[in-house]
Amino acid sequence: MEKLEIKNVSKSFDGKPVLKDISIELNKGELVCLLGVSGSGKTTLFNIISGLLQPDGGSVLLDGEDITGKPGHISYMLQKDLLLPYRTVEDNVALPLLLKGVKKKTSRAQVFPMFDTFGLNGVQKKYPHQMSGGMRQRAALLRTYMFSQDVALLDEPFSALDTITKSSVHKWYLDVMENIKLSTLFITHDIDEAILLSDRIYLLSGTPGTITSEIKIREPKPRREDFTTSPVFLEYKRQILSLL
Amino acid sequence: MLKRSIPSITAVALLLLLWQTVCAVGVIPSYMLPSPLEVLRAFISEFPQLFENSLITLEEAFVGLFLGVSVGFAAAVLMDTFSVLYKAFYPLLVITQTVPSVAIAPLLVLWFGYEMTPKIVLIVISTFFPVTVGLLDGFRSVDKDAVNLLRSMGADRLQIFRYIKFPSALPQLFSGLRIAAAYSVVGAVISEWLGGFGGLGVYMTRVKKAFAFDKMFAVIFLISGISLALMALVGLMEKKCMPYRNFDKNK
Repeated sequence: MEKLEIKNVSKSFDGKPVLKDISIELNKGELVCLLGVSGSGKTTLFNIISGLLQPDGGSVLLDGEDITGKPGHISYMLQKDLLLPYRTVEDNVALPLLLKGVKKKTSRAQVFPMFDTFGLNGVQKKYPHQMSGGMRQRAALLRTYMFSQDVALLDEPFSALDTITKSSVHKWYLDVMENIKLSTLFITHDIDEAILLSDRIYLLSGTPGTITSEIKIREPKPRREDFTTSPVFLEYKRQILSLL
Repeated sequence: MLKRSIPSITAVALLLLLWQTVCAVGVIPSYMLPSPLEVLRAFISEFPQLFENSLITLEEAFVGLFLGVSVGFAAAVLMDTFSVLYKAFYPLLVITQTVPSVAIAPLLVLWFGYEMTPKIVLIVISTFFPVTVGLLDGFRSVDKDAVNLLRSMGADRLQIFRYIKFPSALPQLFSGLRIAAAYSVVGAVISEWLGGFGGLGVYMTRVKKAFAFDKMFAVIFLISGISLALMALVGLMEKKCMPYRNFDKNK
């Protein structure tokens, strides 16, 4: 079943085309990666999906409803965690609920059980600057999840982390995703990350950015870290490299 | 904290000692420069009058500061919301600050009389500016990505102000407030000096005419003491309002 559908979206800035005729869909519970080099318009596409930017043509449908250019339906997470430095982690995570008009106390009670699921126990009362980069990204993902329990956009969420932290965050991410059902559209330029995490990969390239191909990763879930060193994995990687 | 202030305390103590010695030796006649001990004696004997007058000054300072901060806050929010207002009024605001307050105070007395109004007007004029400038700077330093994130979550303007703009501008607001607090006392004293019935400024003009320099020095010290206390109060509020900053230093 289609959760999110992007239909023929195009966008130019000052007459310079950035995205051309992008059509992708995200099924319920699926993790789909958008893999592309920098400058292929990935972030512009995300701003369009989240409703912050109006596309020149095309539409964005969530559960069949047209949400083109309407923010407030789909939230995203960036490479920068954007946790507000003056709020404790729990109040950062609860922010989407506060914005929806939930009372402060109720919002804290609602986010509390999720800290366990997201491996963030014990940091509720800390301020963001007291936590490591990896923990902050976890908190940022939890905040995104608190906004919507069904669709999330992640824009290179782990790319600012060092390799070792990144690999532990990947492991953590796969674990968390076993417990929650989140249809996720994930932007990355990291091929390994794309293969490890996704059910499908769209390749986005060129100027203006277009979807050049679509690859299904048939490896069953839950996946383990050792998948990244298996021959199947390398075969996918070879295939993607030849397409890029 | 105590360890850090040792050099400054020593410097002040040495200066007082030097001052006392210079007076004791008799290099400068005591009617021109009273010794610190004489100043202290004057302070104690004059305490009832000083206390009574400082209440008047403090009342003006507080009312003026409150109004000034409110005006400053409103001006900053309006100019931040409507960039036309910013372009139109910001240069004017800067100009108001180049006019010396000693020049405006007599005019204000002419317009508003010898009561409290001219004092408060002068304080408002001199205190709203640091608050407005601080807040405007703070509003402009906001992370655009954070604003966009909140918008994507469906936040309206008021929510963006409440959750991002205002808290991000708090450090600058408090820097402005600290300056405004000091200005408020000085403003009150100046306008009393230039025309009024009571307050530390009026007291100063009286002791000046009497050439009672020991009392003059006593009131000068009192005024700086009050300013410092007000600034410390702002500092305390700052700590209370921004608990997340306290962790920084301990780390």
